[in-house]
Amino acid sequence: MKLDSKIPAGPLAEKWTNYKASQKLVNPANKRKLDIIVVGTGLAGASAAASLGAMGFNVDIFCIQDSPRRAHSIAAQGGINAAKNYQNDGDSVERLFRDTIKGGDYRAREANVYRLAEVSGAIIDQCVAQGVPFARDYGGLLDNRSFGGAQVSRTFYAKGQTGQQLLLGAYGALSREIARGTVKLHTRSEMMDLVVVDGRARGIIVRNLVTGDLERYAAHAVVLATGGYGNLYYLSTNAMNSNGSAAWICHRRGAAFANPCYVQIHPTCIPVHGDYQSKLTLMSESLRNDGRIWVPKKKEDAEAIRAGKLKPTEIPEENRDYYLERRYPAFGNLVPRDVASRAAKERCDAGYGVGTGYAVYLDFADAIQRLGKDVVEQKYGNLFQMYQKITDENPYETPMMIYPAIHYTMGGLWVDYELQTTIPGLFAAGEANFSDHGANRLGASALMQGLADGYFVLPYTMQNYLADQIYVGKISATSPEFDAAEEAVRQRINRLLEIGCVETRHGTSLQTVDHFHKALGKIMWEYCGMARNTESLTKAKQLVKELEDEFWKSVFIPGSANEFNPELEKACRLEDYFELAQLVIDDAMHREESCGGHFRTEHQTEDGETLRDDEHFMYVAAWEYHGHGQPETMEKEPLVYEHIKIANRNYK
Amino acid sequence: MNFTLHIWRQECANAKGHFETYKIENISPDCSFLEMLDILNEQLITGSTPHSSLLTPHSPISHPVCFDNDCREGICGMCGLYINGRPHGNDDGITTCQLHMRKFKDGDDIWIEPWRAKAFPVIRDLVVDRSAFDKIIQAGGYISTTTGGVPDANTIPISKHAADMAMDAASCIGCGACVAACKNASAMLFVGAKVSHLALLPQGKIEAADRVKKMVSKMDELGFGSCTNTYACEAECPKLIKRQNISMLNRQWISALLGRDKK
Repeated sequence: MKLDSKIPAGPLAEKWTNYKASQKLVNPANKRKLDIIVVGTGLAGASAAASLGAMGFNVDIFCIQDSPRRAHSIAAQGGINAAKNYQNDGDSVERLFRDTIKGGDYRAREANVYRLAEVSGAIIDQCVAQGVPFARDYGGLLDNRSFGGAQVSRTFYAKGQTGQQLLLGAYGALSREIARGTVKLHTRSEMMDLVVVDGRARGIIVRNLVTGDLERYAAHAVVLATGGYGNLYYLSTNAMNSNGSAAWICHRRGAAFANPCYVQIHPTCIPVHGDYQSKLTLMSESLRNDGRIWVPKKKEDAEAIRAGKLKPTEIPEENRDYYLERRYPAFGNLVPRDVASRAAKERCDAGYGVGTGYAVYLDFADAIQRLGKDVVEQKYGNLFQMYQKITDENPYETPMMIYPAIHYTMGGLWVDYELQTTIPGLFAAGEANFSDHGANRLGASALMQGLADGYFVLPYTMQNYLADQIYVGKISATSPEFDAAEEAVRQRINRLLEIGCVETRHGTSLQTVDHFHKALGKIMWEYCGMARNTESLTKAKQLVKELEDEFWKSVFIPGSANEFNPELEKACRLEDYFELAQLVIDDAMHREESCGGHFRTEHQTEDGETLRDDEHFMYVAAWEYHGHGQPETMEKEPLVYEHIKIANRNYK
Repeated sequence: MNFTLHIWRQECANAKGHFETYKIENISPDCSFLEMLDILNEQLITGSTPHSSLLTPHSPISHPVCFDNDCREGICGMCGLYINGRPHGNDDGITTCQLHMRKFKDGDDIWIEPWRAKAFPVIRDLVVDRSAFDKIIQAGGYISTTTGGVPDANTIPISKHAADMAMDAASCIGCGACVAACKNASAMLFVGAKVSHLALLPQGKIEAADRVKKMVSKMDELGFGSCTNTYACEAECPKLIKRQNISMLNRQWISALLGRDKK
């Protein structure tokens, strides 16, 4: 495997312009003859399909839900960044670029991030034209707010539902193309394999989730926009059906997987409360603008609270430890996500946690006193209501309890500047690729990246690839490669269904898929979560292996392959998670430094901050698959910073 | 907490459905409704039912109860159960995934059904096919823009009032509770929300007349019923979409028919 990032020559600010000026194009009459498959209908997938369809390509788009509008982009709350400088506060493409690189702890590719910042403004224009109802001021112009890791106000928002409104905008554009016939929609359809013919991605095998039928789709290029793999940890802020399988399938077929250990843990989520729990709910980062985070200063107070003998409101001011304000006086409660998460864990591990012991307080008493309850309600009312519905506690009267949770994966399929993976013809967009966030993503940047990839990058770079594909003719779905791929999927499904079937049932107690998924999540969270070290990772590797063996002996999947069968869907995804877990652990093990969301306890400063090792680890780790149970090999893509000056991230 | 569950079971679209009764015990009041169903399914699959027993002796089904769900935080619109006669159950302004067992009384009987509407055929058990909603949107529920070539976002100022009203209408999650709540299975609130959202914005006004006509005739064609202004839809909407959107839809539609907005 050879990595060629294909970064165009020239000064950073001119790379994208130069690329567009010299790339190959496809003439309008020929676009009709070219087929494209897009997997996933979130921001990246829907925007790519709508744009490519409008240009005249034949697009087939697939999603696992009943409608493209359900994709998990819909759940993003806070906002979308763009370097519009509407506030006249000194923002620029250059500044958004620098903030993103620094936020990512100097582990992202300069050229990609610069392009992201460059197209960010056009995204807002596009969304407004589609009717996205962004917040406005009384003069009728667009409003902005601030987010973590920036000193300017560049975040555009639509109440606490920005992701929903952006996705509905893209869904509208997609619906228009479906009506025009340029895009064909396939719902309740799950990608089961990637078909590679003569080294190029030429199609996919799909399982119709209603009938169980396996279907073949052939195309000149495939776009993967299937999101991240946060649900590897079982409990996360991701939707229940979000999964890493489509990306993992491509990895198995030869696409390199980059930086799998970079996982973002969001500091403000509602804590775990029981074994039956299926999901962790995020409380927006914006709450940290006015909320103060604390735990009791005295261990005996924390113990009394956990035993239910003491209320947080009974603890006097001098006995509270506002640990973020204590440790990071300059940024206080607004330090980046990874820093805030680790600090919460440190206090809880030391025995100062409240609730179940794994929670800290987010207190609005000061804000309510300073601003009045009405103002706080106006700003955060919907979040307070959500908190109350879930916990049955009133956050106006008693502090919220929060704890970090898995939220986003910076790692993903390795892509070059054109967003093409190491398999020619296979492109990856949005959270499914690794490209723009380095080791930590800043708030309000995921929406920006998803739409940048779909609206403004793929429509250009894919043409460059497709230009010579007009000579190939229609791709056939009856080739031996399609036969073999479909057969492999069939066998794989049968293998899973056989595990718990009647003959093997005797003597073994059977377990559900969820039972194993929860167990896998616990292992990963405990030993490969917020803090990692050689010892914990070694243990994780072994435990995952043991659990996988157990899975193959005693998981029971009711029903058959030829029906609507959610348990079978979950089993297929979990099978992939077992392999992915091993790679996440291996990647975390090899990266002997701490950066962004990846914290190795062996590599920290005296006061517990991350310690990067730029000399040895300033590269992208791209892994290559060699078969089940075989160790993967790693290629390095060196990160060259020509434009930006490397520094330590300091938030003190 | 302990409950007796009466759940609609139906193997596929063409099969005859029926209620099946299950007992479930030791449920935490902090458990969400869907997590309670997860626990039931866990017990149905393993057959080890320490906390529940199948009450109907001849039931062949060990297949877990199928129900749609995804984000489990009330925004994706995927979940939707008809619980004790109310879409999304006995609480206001929430989806099924945001309903918690503390809203029930210990020992309650709970009746769980799918959305019932001609335009939403059952796929299996509690899962229905809502693609009719997508088809209504495809008929015109968008602003015709192609990527690129649009003016700067601040070129056309929009009054805060109009933008806020558009935002309220646009917060519809397309779950279908309005249709399920309506005795005629009308989709007027869903269509009204989209028509209002776009008609309130200058960008959407250009196609407004055409849009409303196409969406309404698609809605009729797909088998949704007529609106008789009982506003059960508004009462059950998890996102509190207002009935005024239906008035707006009617106004838009009538003026479109009279050709007032016709270019």
